Amino acid sequence: MTYMDIEFPGDVRDVEVRSGRNISETERWLSVAAGLGLAAYGLVRKRGRGAGLPIAALGGALVRRGATAHCDAYHALGISTARTADDTRRALGGRSGVHVDESVTINQPIEILYRFWRNLENLPRFMHHLESVERVTDTLSRWRAKGPAGSTMEWTAEIINEVPNQVIGWQSIEGSDVVSAGSVNFDDAGPGRGTRVRVRLQYSPPGGKLGAAVARLLGRDPASEIREDLRQFKQLLETGELPTTAGQPRG
Amino acid sequence: MKALCWYGTNDVRVARVRDPRILTPRDAIIKITLTAICGSDLHLLDGFIPTMKRGDILGHEFMGEVVEVGHENKKLKVGDRVVVPFTISCGHCFFCEQDLWSLCDNSNPNAWMAEKLYGYSPAGLFGYSHMLGGYAGGQAEYVRVPFADVGPITVPENLTDEQVLFLSDIFPTGYMAAENCSIRPGDTVAVWGCGPVGQFAIKSAWMLGAGRVIAIDRAPERLRMAADQGKADTLDMDRVDVFDAIKEMTGGQGPDACIDAVGLEAHSTGSIDAVYDKVKTVAMLATDRAAALRQAIHTCRKGGTVSIPGVYGGFLDKIPLGAAFNKGLTLRMGQTHVQRYMPMLLNRIERGEIDPSFVITHRLRLDDAPKAYKTFRDKRDDCIKVVMKP
Repeated sequence: MTYMDIEFPGDVRDVEVRSGRNISETERWLSVAAGLGLAAYGLVRKRGRGAGLPIAALGGALVRRGATAHCDAYHALGISTARTADDTRRALGGRSGVHVDESVTINQPIEILYRFWRNLENLPRFMHHLESVERVTDTLSRWRAKGPAGSTMEWTAEIINEVPNQVIGWQSIEGSDVVSAGSVNFDDAGPGRGTRVRVRLQYSPPGGKLGAAVARLLGRDPASEIREDLRQFKQLLETGELPTTAGQPRG
Repeated sequence: MKALCWYGTNDVRVARVRDPRILTPRDAIIKITLTAICGSDLHLLDGFIPTMKRGDILGHEFMGEVVEVGHENKKLKVGDRVVVPFTISCGHCFFCEQDLWSLCDNSNPNAWMAEKLYGYSPAGLFGYSHMLGGYAGGQAEYVRVPFADVGPITVPENLTDEQVLFLSDIFPTGYMAAENCSIRPGDTVAVWGCGPVGQFAIKSAWMLGAGRVIAIDRAPERLRMAADQGKADTLDMDRVDVFDAIKEMTGGQGPDACIDAVGLEAHSTGSIDAVYDKVKTVAMLATDRAAALRQAIHTCRKGGTVSIPGVYGGFLDKIPLGAAFNKGLTLRMGQTHVQRYMPMLLNRIERGEIDPSFVITHRLRLDDAPKAYKTFRDKRDDCIKVVMKP
């Protein structure tokens, strides 16, 4: 029984049919940068061990992919990230968006958790990649987040569904650089067991699927990021602080 | 300040480090008056616990005087004399509310690491690897105590540091080991390992109504302490076949409960499984040696309980689960829920029922810590328990 089914049935392939391009601009540049990096790494490594050449070759392929704005793998999989930013359905439908579904149980009554979350300006207190969320109207808010390589991303989100003490659903408004939609559900976990909080998120990642894959290789996949954010939400709401060792002495 | 730091396997040194400061609002800073080396610290010295980093400050048994408190800490005040539990617990999560303090949901900032190995993360601990929080420990002049409005217990002035220090770990750990045996009046309890935890397990088994306690070790001074202080019947594992001896002592039935107070670095005597363990751990195919646990399971009577206060960290091999299953054993284990036992055990100390300082054999300065670690590990100089003043 979901309040908002964010399954977009739209066929994304028609974008690709119109041109050979199936990669967005951001992803093109990331592809080139990652490719050059990998190629350089592969060539350096070649001197030492055997795996260097294949790495350099993979780097070369990424550069070509960025330069031509066409990805054979995407083509084979029927994925496109080109020209999707103007259409949420297209960006997030099918396999073209990143989907996250994570839950946490928090030893606090629903009302407290719901109220804290609904005041969206609280979100950066536990979502570490968020710099700020600014209330514009009761349903519109301006979000600022840390992007790749020290960049900042901004978008406007609209609350499109809201049932007090049950659910909040939002999506980015049309024309945003970052296309995303998400929901948070609050459920009573039973007597003395607190509240189950479930977050579902879909977004078109900066750098497209490739960016997400690279992030995953570096150990920062979206699911684990959200899992850590939810853990911090729990820590903050249960204990009033975020446990840390940053700044403690060591030898 | 001075602190005992870990620099690698077999390499601990006293170093000059920055003083700790308040990092989160419920913290307190404690000026340490007495600290101890725990048997489980030896697993760190020997490199058996993963996710240690160069420079980590060790020590999880300590007490002292509160010198600073965070602005949200309404319980402690400067000047309080406190003993600090080695388990760090938030006091508000589901597990803390269930009295399962060592399973606190919120105190491990590196929970994701522990989740990779264990599925879910237990509580953070002082000075016991990054997977378990990466918190700086208390073998130092000062220590920062997180959630200090929950863990530390204030102790009365008429008791000495040596009498109350062990409320931080080994006394509650020995007590919980005995409590986990669900002792009924007259039960026979066998205890593997007569180190400090074993000694407290023996004392606690009597407190909880045991009719007989059998203690197993190989170090003569430890067996002597178990006999003299613990009133236990002792078995020297180098001289007798432990299983045969206990079977004979219990009229062929076996002990009602067995306690493994040894843990992951058990020594055995040239048996097949000891050689096997040694080969596997050296080849990195296994992490823990489990001779004591195997023998405890094998020796326990049908329908009995095996209680495990000894620390295990990773993967065990050749555990006779068939014996445990077919004899219908109950296995109970885990890090100690220290906060659950502190007030009650402090009460027993105050009433004069026990003076925990009986286990102390070495009184040293923190500067002597590196040497003390090795003396303790190698059981030289009849070393059973080391306490140190900073």
